Amino acid sequence: MNMEFQMNIATPIVASDTWTVAGRTFRSRLIVGTGKYKDFAQNAAALEASGAEIVTVAVRRVNVSDPNAPMLTDFIDPKKVTYLPNTAGCFDAESAIRTLRLAREAGGWDLVKLEVLGEARTLYPDMVETLRATEILAKEGFLPMVYCVDDPIAAKRLENVGAVAIMPLGAPIGSGLGIQNRVTIRLIVEGASVPVLVDAGVGTASEAAQAMELGCDGVLMNTAIAEAKDPVMMAAAMKAGVEAGRLAYLAGRMGRRMYADPSSPLAGLI
Amino acid sequence: MHTDHSLSIQVNGEPRRVRAGTSLADLAADLGLAPEKVAVERNLSVVPRSTLAQVLVEDGDEIEIVHFVGGG
Repeated sequence: MNMEFQMNIATPIVASDTWTVAGRTFRSRLIVGTGKYKDFAQNAAALEASGAEIVTVAVRRVNVSDPNAPMLTDFIDPKKVTYLPNTAGCFDAESAIRTLRLAREAGGWDLVKLEVLGEARTLYPDMVETLRATEILAKEGFLPMVYCVDDPIAAKRLENVGAVAIMPLGAPIGSGLGIQNRVTIRLIVEGASVPVLVDAGVGTASEAAQAMELGCDGVLMNTAIAEAKDPVMMAAAMKAGVEAGRLAYLAGRMGRRMYADPSSPLAGLI
Repeated sequence: MHTDHSLSIQVNGEPRRVRAGTSLADLAADLGLAPEKVAVERNLSVVPRSTLAQVLVEDGDEIEIVHFVGGG
């Protein structure tokens, strides 16, 4: 099968394959962060190459001493790309909720990324606080996509209190270690009735593909692109990786065998 | 309130003096900020953007003005 023929088959499937979170439908299954880039221009170029339709953003104090400093919104238009405000740096439910109330006022939308962290060293989620914050946010009308541990029971609990997407870590934030527990990610996917996205830990394109092969609805990443030697090229690689993994999942992989099975016929051997 | 009719407030953690009668919209303008790009919290409560011109700063107010920055 030549390459052109493969693309002719694959492209329409990718183009018609969408996912929906809280009533909003997207084509790209890659969500990218906007931190750690050299500058806003590189960030915007990487976003373009990634094909992502959603970017995560943080909420921080304006620089009162330099109000004319370049702003993210000057480079990435929130009317064209969905801004997903996060609660990075929040270590309790109250500060996360406070941050997202401000984000809602700044942006005017309810779809948010909740992360409540347990400790600075690992940035591992504090699930007690995360669950509490999810419940309060949902009652206030927010649509929280929730960063969480790769625990299928915790994922169900989050869904029960109003998470609109479950976003388990593949590995610690910014580590680039890849998906450490494929079994629990798969179990979360099987048990969830809301979208599941691997958030954090992906380091390279094959790991993004792996997340998609496990049946995830999408992948969220920042550092893997921003800290690549060529972030724009890595963004393109991640786009391809996510699409390859998605197609492989839809195609259904072959069964695993313990031993060899020849692909050429045994009959007619000379 | 001070004898010169100025108010002592905190803006993003920094002490600041403003004239009595200053609204939150005035404050944003004085800081060179476009109100449509920021969100304002006054004493831990979010102030709706549509009311920034009506809400007057009071002595001792703790005000946070935030916007979106790059993040993961």
